[in-house]
Amino acid sequence: MRHSTMLRIGPVGFRVGSDWRAPIAALDDLYRDYPQPQDGIPDFNVCLFAARPWRRCVRPSVHIGGDFVLPDAAPLPLAQGLLAAEMAMNLQMALGQQRYLLLHASTVEKDGKALLMTGESGSGKSTLAALLMARGWRLMGDEFALVDATTGRVHAFPRLISLKNEAIGVMRGVLPDARWGPLLEGTPKGTIRHLVPDARAIAAMDMPAVPTLLLFPGFGFAAAEREVLRSECFVRLTQASTNYVTMGETGFDALTRFVREVPARAIDYPDTESAIAMVERLWEEFA
Amino acid sequence: MSAALLVAALRDPQTVLVLDAGDWTGLLAAARAEVLLGTLAHRLDGLAMPESARRVLGDARAVAEQGRVAALWEAEMARRALAATGMPVVLLKGTAFVAAGLSAGVGRQIGDLDILVLRERIEEAEALLLAAGWEWVKPDPYDDAYYRRWMHELPPLIHRDRDRMIDVHHTILPLTARITPDAAALIASGVSLKNGLLVLPPEGMIVHAAAHLFADGDLAGGLRNLWDIRCLIDEFGGEDFALKLAVCSAHHGLSHEVERSLRLSAALFGDGAALTLTDRLFVRRLLSRDGWGRRTRKGTEFAFYLRGHWLRMPPLMLARHLWTKWRMGHSSA
Repeated sequence: MRHSTMLRIGPVGFRVGSDWRAPIAALDDLYRDYPQPQDGIPDFNVCLFAARPWRRCVRPSVHIGGDFVLPDAAPLPLAQGLLAAEMAMNLQMALGQQRYLLLHASTVEKDGKALLMTGESGSGKSTLAALLMARGWRLMGDEFALVDATTGRVHAFPRLISLKNEAIGVMRGVLPDARWGPLLEGTPKGTIRHLVPDARAIAAMDMPAVPTLLLFPGFGFAAAEREVLRSECFVRLTQASTNYVTMGETGFDALTRFVREVPARAIDYPDTESAIAMVERLWEEFA
Repeated sequence: MSAALLVAALRDPQTVLVLDAGDWTGLLAAARAEVLLGTLAHRLDGLAMPESARRVLGDARAVAEQGRVAALWEAEMARRALAATGMPVVLLKGTAFVAAGLSAGVGRQIGDLDILVLRERIEEAEALLLAAGWEWVKPDPYDDAYYRRWMHELPPLIHRDRDRMIDVHHTILPLTARITPDAAALIASGVSLKNGLLVLPPEGMIVHAAAHLFADGDLAGGLRNLWDIRCLIDEFGGEDFALKLAVCSAHHGLSHEVERSLRLSAALFGDGAALTLTDRLFVRRLLSRDGWGRRTRKGTEFAFYLRGHWLRMPPLMLARHLWTKWRMGHSSA
C-alpha cells in the first residue's frame, strides 16, 4: 500500500493502508493523540484501495478491504475516505474480533462503573454518549462495547464519535472547542461529522469498567421508562452483537453473565435534555 | 514476500525468533490470508515472541477450537439427516481431519462441510437434506443446471438456521475434467468413525487434496492444501505407505498430481525436493503475497485462473461457459 499508518484504539491495534494520501492524513491528524499498537504489531490490517489502477485518479472510489472483507461492501467516493477508514476498522472488529463479545452500544464511565446504551441506528446512542462526555463522564466508545468473556468487564473502544445530521449542530453548540473531522455530506447515512473524543477518554482508554446499567434509548417519543426483563434483554443483545454466534459457548457465557448482572431499562425521550435527566436519575438509582 | 515468511515459520518455527515487528505484521497478515493462522498458532506454541503476537495467535487458537466444535456438530447434523438411509457418507477435507483426530486438523480453520456420497444416491441425499432445513444458495437457473450436469457436487446448500454451507460431492473432480477418478472405490475405501460416518484413508485424503490442488481450480488455498499433505505424510509416511499412495493415485489417474504435491510440500514444508520448471511456477504463484497479505503478480494469478478453467472443461464448452458468465455479470450491473 502506498500510504499507511498505525494506531491503537483501546486494546485493538490497527494498520491502515491506502492507495491515496488523504484518508491516511485525516487519520493521522484526528488520531494524533492515540498510541501505537503494542510492540508495533497490529491486530488487524485495513486496506483502502482502488478496484482498478486508473480508479486511483479517475472518479476515485474507495473500496474497503483488509484481513476480513464483506464481498458486497459498496465503495465510497474519495471525499468520504475518512468514513471508509472508520467503516473498515469497524468491519474488522465485527467480522474478526473474537477475544471480546462485541455489543453494538455506546458506553460512558463514572467511578469505574460503565453505563451502556444500545439500540438501532438513529436511537441517539452516539449523541447521548457525546452529551454525557461533555457533562464529565468518561467516554468509552460510541460504536462497540467490548465485554471481556473472562472478567465480565467492559473495555473501551473510543474511536472517533460519528455524529449524524442534526446531532452535528447540537454537539457543535455543546462542545465549541472540540476537534472535528471534515463535514461529510451525501454519505449512505446522510451528513456525518466525526468528533474527536476528549483527552480524558484517550488517556484512560486502557482502563476497563464494571458494567452497571444498560439502557435501550428511543428518541422521538413522550418520556417513558420501563424495566426490560432479562429474557428480552438477552434476545435483544444477541441481535446487537456482531460476534455472539461465532464466539460459540464463550459468547453465550459472556452474554448470560452480562444479562444476569446488569440491570436494564428502556427509556423513551422527546429531546436531549429530558434524556440526560432520565439517564442521570437512573444512574443515581443503580450505580 | 510475506508468504515466504509463513512457509519458513511453519517448516521451522525457530525462524520466528529473529523476526522484527514488521516481519511479524507481514507473517500474521499472510497467515490470515492463507487461512493458516490457527495452524501457525499451534506450530509456534511455547516459543518466545512479542506479547501482541502471542495475543493474536492465542485468539486464533480459540477461534480454531470453536470452529472444530462447530464443524463436528455440523457433521453430526448431516449424519442425523442421512442416517435412516444407511447410505455411506464420507467426510472430506477439514472436517474429516478433525473428526479423525489427525494432525492436519490441529488449528485448521474449517469452512463448509464437504461430504461424499454415491452418485446413484445423491438425489436421495439431496431430498433428505432439504427436508432437514438446508436450502439452495444459487438462485440462478444457469448455475443450478451447470452444477447438476457438469460438476462433481450438488449446487451448494446452506442451512437456514445455522447458516452453514454443505457441499455434497459424488466424486472429487468435475465431470468435465479430463481425469475421472473412481469415486465408488474412494467411498468403498472409507474408514468408519465411531458414529458411523466415514473418512478416506490417508492415501485417499492425499489423492483428494492433490486432485483439488492441481487438477481443479486456480490454486487458491494451495499452501493450506500442501500443509495438509505434509501433515499426512509426517503422520503416515514410510515405504509401505509410499507404495500404497502410488497404487491409489495411479488407480484414480492422478499420479502426476500426487507426485507434484509431494514434491511441492517437501520443498516448502519438508526437507526439500528436486523441482521441475513447472513446479517452480507453482511455487511462485503460491508465495505471491505482499506484506498486507494481498496477492501480488496479477499476471501469474490470471494465468492460473485460466489454467484452472482449461483443466476443468473442453475448449468449446469453456468458451460457452465464460461467455454466459460474462453476459450474466454485465446484465445484472
